[in-house]
Amino acid sequence: MRQAEILAPVAVYIHWPYCARICPYCDFNVVRDRGRKGEQADLVAAIARDLQAQAALIPDRKLVSVFLGGGTPSLMDPAAAADLVALARRLWPSDGEIEVTLEANPTDAEAGRFDAFAQAGVTRLSLGVQSLDDAALAFLGRNHDAAEGRRAAEVAAKAFPRLSLDLIYALPGQTPEAWATELRTAAALGAEHVSPYQLTLEPGTPFDRAVRRGRFAPADPDLAGSLYDVTQETLEGLGFEAYEVSNHARGEAARSRHNLAYWRGEDYVGAGPGAHGRLTLDGVRTATEAAKGVRDYIANVDATGRGWSEREALGPVARAEERLIMGLRTLEGVALDELAPLPLHRLRDLEAAALVRLIDGRLIATAKGRVVLDRVISELAT
Amino acid sequence: MTPLSRIRNFAIVAHIDHGKSTLSDRLIQETGGLTAREMTAQVLDSMDIERERGITIKAQTVRLNYKAKDGEQYVLNLMDTPGHVDFAYEVSRSLAACEGSILVVDASQGVEAQTLANVYQAIDNNHEIVPVLNKIDLPAAEPERVRTQIEEVIGLDASDAVLCSAKSGIGITDVLEAIVTRLPAPKGDENAPLKALVVDAWYDAYLGVVVLVRVFDGRLKAGQQVRMMQTGASHRIDKVGVFLPKNTDVESLGPGEIGFMTASIKEVADAAVGDTLTDEKRQTEKALPGFKEVQSVVFCGLFPVDAADFEDLRAAVGRLRLNDGSFNYEMESSAALGFGFRCGFLGLLHLEIIQERLSREFDLDLIATAPSVIYKIAQIDGTTIDLHNPADMPDPMKIESIAEPWIKATIFTPDEYLGAVIKLCQDRRGSQRELSYVGTRAMVVYDLPLNEVVFDFYDRLKSISKGYASFDYQIEDYRIGDLVKMQVLVNAEPVDALSMLVHRSRAEARGRGMVEKMKELIQPHMFQIPIQAAIGGKIIARETVRALRKDVTAKCYGGDASRKRKLLDKQKAGKKRMRQFGKVEIPQEAFIAALKMDDD
Repeated sequence: MRQAEILAPVAVYIHWPYCARICPYCDFNVVRDRGRKGEQADLVAAIARDLQAQAALIPDRKLVSVFLGGGTPSLMDPAAAADLVALARRLWPSDGEIEVTLEANPTDAEAGRFDAFAQAGVTRLSLGVQSLDDAALAFLGRNHDAAEGRRAAEVAAKAFPRLSLDLIYALPGQTPEAWATELRTAAALGAEHVSPYQLTLEPGTPFDRAVRRGRFAPADPDLAGSLYDVTQETLEGLGFEAYEVSNHARGEAARSRHNLAYWRGEDYVGAGPGAHGRLTLDGVRTATEAAKGVRDYIANVDATGRGWSEREALGPVARAEERLIMGLRTLEGVALDELAPLPLHRLRDLEAAALVRLIDGRLIATAKGRVVLDRVISELAT
Repeated sequence: MTPLSRIRNFAIVAHIDHGKSTLSDRLIQETGGLTAREMTAQVLDSMDIERERGITIKAQTVRLNYKAKDGEQYVLNLMDTPGHVDFAYEVSRSLAACEGSILVVDASQGVEAQTLANVYQAIDNNHEIVPVLNKIDLPAAEPERVRTQIEEVIGLDASDAVLCSAKSGIGITDVLEAIVTRLPAPKGDENAPLKALVVDAWYDAYLGVVVLVRVFDGRLKAGQQVRMMQTGASHRIDKVGVFLPKNTDVESLGPGEIGFMTASIKEVADAAVGDTLTDEKRQTEKALPGFKEVQSVVFCGLFPVDAADFEDLRAAVGRLRLNDGSFNYEMESSAALGFGFRCGFLGLLHLEIIQERLSREFDLDLIATAPSVIYKIAQIDGTTIDLHNPADMPDPMKIESIAEPWIKATIFTPDEYLGAVIKLCQDRRGSQRELSYVGTRAMVVYDLPLNEVVFDFYDRLKSISKGYASFDYQIEDYRIGDLVKMQVLVNAEPVDALSMLVHRSRAEARGRGMVEKMKELIQPHMFQIPIQAAIGGKIIARETVRALRKDVTAKCYGGDASRKRKLLDKQKAGKKRMRQFGKVEIPQEAFIAALKMDDD
């Protein structure tokens, strides 16, 4: 029996690309779910093989999290989810208390399967309620209304030990007051964790095209700034700590262990179409990306045992840049040692401007720095 | 050697686009200089820029062998002259090499500003002039009206003007016959000491510096030791030849002949246009009249966009100088733009051509500072200095007065744009000298300060007249003006590359325009950035770039690290095109745009 305690951690991300409906703002690797049972069963089998092959490369890790993301993994057969979670637990040792997160859409149909997913080993549900306003949900192209979202949250709160809610803000016409009210309502639904995201126009999405055609205007920077400020104040007032730019948790235990693996620069295995991974192989941090198409992914696994279509050994600068990009988003910040390969010319200026702080050898963005973090990162890295 | 009576040396005088190059090509083709297969359009304008813009920068010549209707074989030397006021001196020397001109006027467009300036130069050189109406086959051609216009505006008898269409090949023989019968033969003495005019010179990759010469007296041949009478330099001639139009060596050139020589001359600047060549051992007594030293009229700083390209820029300006003796440069350093060169030009077109050649032939991205003229500053201590860089302006307390160059501008415009043209001239501090009509076209003559003209005048004129107005100018005199140095301050620090001398009455409008443009182009920083225009300590315009409000990616998970890293790589590349100025990053576009703006 290996000693799980002294091993480096690993998190596992499993991508389930199918969605009942594709949202107009989404640029993730998703496909319409056309109920192709055979293809989906092949995909589950391929993901399982992929996990086994990658585990063979990094067996000496302690499993801390499995994350079923998508797409809409709540549309998956709960039994398949159970098999994959169990497989991951067999492939890597753990100390028993791993976090298993499932992303879910708040429709009545999916809520009806929450118990089955809890049985499958899911300990944490990340529920995409997005809004508690019917007009906003219609604008966002969601296939549920506000009441359905509330019901799903209630069911989830009972079915799973931990619940997180995703919300989207900065929708056309949204005022800071209305947004604060919505946040308070959501917080009362029994979640320990809230992820409020500003609506972002991703290139190539229907929303991006709509804006370019003048159908609606994105929030101007002043309003977006006010909405962000309101988010921080409201959630803090309700006991949620902003431990990352868009993630708020009631207490340390409620933080997403899985996402912390990304932000801390720990190893994570990606399996499923388009999944990204970061593995330390022979001391070299290696970025992996799986084939995006479902059939391409399955074919890759059939041919090589793994789904990877790209693999890049990260040099010291790239490695440090990733640490900066990810680590500075959190309250923990990033150890200055890890940033040594970067220019950091403006570090003193940024510190003097109270945008970052140095505490015990760690670089941490202040609240003021976090709202302009992309610029702070650019100033440090270029 | 051709007898003098069988030689005709002629220039073609025309406005841009009136068909000078096409007619030249047609004459070459008609006399068998090149076969149709060898003709590419516009043989003479050999630089890319010349072809694209339809202008001639360097003088060139072609020897045409023509058997006239009188049965005799003639040598016709066609002198293709630069067609722009910037090269007025070069034009005058080219014309001095000829006895006559043909004046080409577009039969549909009529006389233009440049036609006038060039034809007057030909008249000044005592040329016989044969008017030629080109493009007579166009539906819009009005030969009778244009004939009258030539007589009224220029004062030339146009009753026996030759009608032709160079493009369609109509009337080409008539043009050749007119050259033979109506233009005078050159005069000269073969036995007198050598006296030859340096018409132009250029650098050829194979031959080195090639000097275009017109022999007046004596003979020029390979092996001869010749002296340049103005510069005092002595050279042994390697080769003499003529252009047919391909360069063809000949044994010697005699009186009345035009051709080239090479003599291991290193720089074009060593063969001064207008200099007189004579035999070292048997010198002529008097040099040819009309020689002038090259004088720069317009100046600007040229800086590489990427500071790392400075050495490339240094090499490039050095190469250009080899080929263009009228272009001057010296090193300059700017707090905002780093190292570059302060460059002097014959005029605005020359400036544009050099910039374009630097970017095109040497693949350099450049920032050009505001064009400046030479100001004459009288100081309280009685001394006078020539100022061509606002950065060198003395303390205002020491200045008695500042004088600036004024030009006489001649503008031809269709009647409907006259109001806008007059407003533009008035706005630029102009004073009207003359306004007359030729049919529906107006000719306005204005006195204008050159510093108002170097700043965007030509672009504005073209835009308000939809491209129809034509413009020409000559420098008149220096006049004292209420001129002040205007600075642009970014984050309270003056940006030297943007300072300029302006007339006090124009300072506020100019300053406002510049700070507004800068505000648009400087990206928000993490602090607010005041942008001010100031005269001395007095702020005359102000804008503020607001501080960045929010700039953070909402979602950043497993796959986003790679994506964000690629974005950083892009930003690193973008940063190369930025100028760090104190704590502020100024994109290079801002320097260019701030100097190119609308008047209104």
